[in-house]
Amino acid sequence: MSAATDYLLHLADNALVLGQRNAEWCGHGPILEEDIALANVSLDLIGQARLLYQLVATLKGGDCTEDKLAYFRDTHEFRNYTLLELPHRGPLSGYAQGDLDYSTTIVRNFLYSALMALLWEALEKSANADLAAIAAKSQKEVRYHLRHARDWLVRFGDGTDESHARAQASLDHLFAYTQEFWAHSPAEAAAIEAGIGVDVRTLQADWDAIVDAALAEATLVRPAVGGYVTLGKQGIHSEHLGFLLAEMQSLARAHPNGAW
Amino acid sequence: MTTTIEAAWSALEQLTDPEIPVISLRELGILRDVRHGPDGLEVVITPTYSGCPAMGQIEDDVRSTLETAGIPARVITQLAPAWTTDWMSESGKEKLRAYGIAPPHETPARHNVVRFIAKPAQAETVPCPHCGSANTVESSHFGSTACKALYKCQDCQEPFDYFKPY
Repeated sequence: MSAATDYLLHLADNALVLGQRNAEWCGHGPILEEDIALANVSLDLIGQARLLYQLVATLKGGDCTEDKLAYFRDTHEFRNYTLLELPHRGPLSGYAQGDLDYSTTIVRNFLYSALMALLWEALEKSANADLAAIAAKSQKEVRYHLRHARDWLVRFGDGTDESHARAQASLDHLFAYTQEFWAHSPAEAAAIEAGIGVDVRTLQADWDAIVDAALAEATLVRPAVGGYVTLGKQGIHSEHLGFLLAEMQSLARAHPNGAW
Repeated sequence: MTTTIEAAWSALEQLTDPEIPVISLRELGILRDVRHGPDGLEVVITPTYSGCPAMGQIEDDVRSTLETAGIPARVITQLAPAWTTDWMSESGKEKLRAYGIAPPHETPARHNVVRFIAKPAQAETVPCPHCGSANTVESSHFGSTACKALYKCQDCQEPFDYFKPY
């Protein structure tokens, strides 16, 4: 059971953290259509997270609820990829503030959606029937997310000098974080063993094909990767997740059991 | 004599989508089944998009309608098989068009993701629900809700929503 819940939490936290990050554009989007698009992508992601948290709550039993999982766990208990918690801007030292950069948002959504489009599809065959049902819905949604991010990636890369430079810089900044996709955590290994999870390494060639085709069309260069492999899915996060959770969780913690 | 199942269907028939009030839940394919379960009558609904904010309202509407009609029933939310726009009835699609929303095409044969994404995004024409022209362009992948894309007609110049295949 714990192999299942740990794995489901990893999937749920991915969706929730990226949903929260993307929602930061709500009311601040570069153009109205994109403001709405990102809010809609976030709704899908938070909806996927809810279904997964509800499933975890059922499996754990007791007084566990989806809200407890989302709002009353701390940074080290979250199991999302580090990539998804990073702010919408290039690297700055510590928690220095900078302007939001839409190309960072788009590149991140592209890299993650390309993975999830493949992973949800594979998870439709999960031995856990509830997860398979959630995957069947989510794969329909993530294809639209991927198409949206890919179109903008091409537009930025093959756009003006400024948009091209920003897209390349975002790619250079974020690409190393995708190494975490392919390094199994103990929870993933256990879920694969149990037939619940999917070995992401079997999806890597297809992910490469999607990424390389889009980058070629966008006239962007795929960065070489190496160095430190982040461990967000094992609970070891960057300094940014705490700030994100503080904003997301403060209302629920200030008014426990509040309903509106 | 009307059976309880028929009575429940007919009470629920009037329920419409909170966002698109011209189309009924049955026509949308959200209302899946009314059946006798081990503990009495069961009404089965299925969610559309995972994050659709209308789903909570829809479930409440179903419950209160059954209560008002005096039909005790359990409402069951069922994820599988996943909802698809292909379940939308022809009359439902026609109502969408009359309301100004281009109805969804049949979902295309399921390609693997690599092939899906390599295809040009606007392979299919979406006729304008106002003037019928096929000369339309997509302005945004997402319209007012996740289930719709924003289009513009090049002939009558009207913007319109397209209900995306899901």
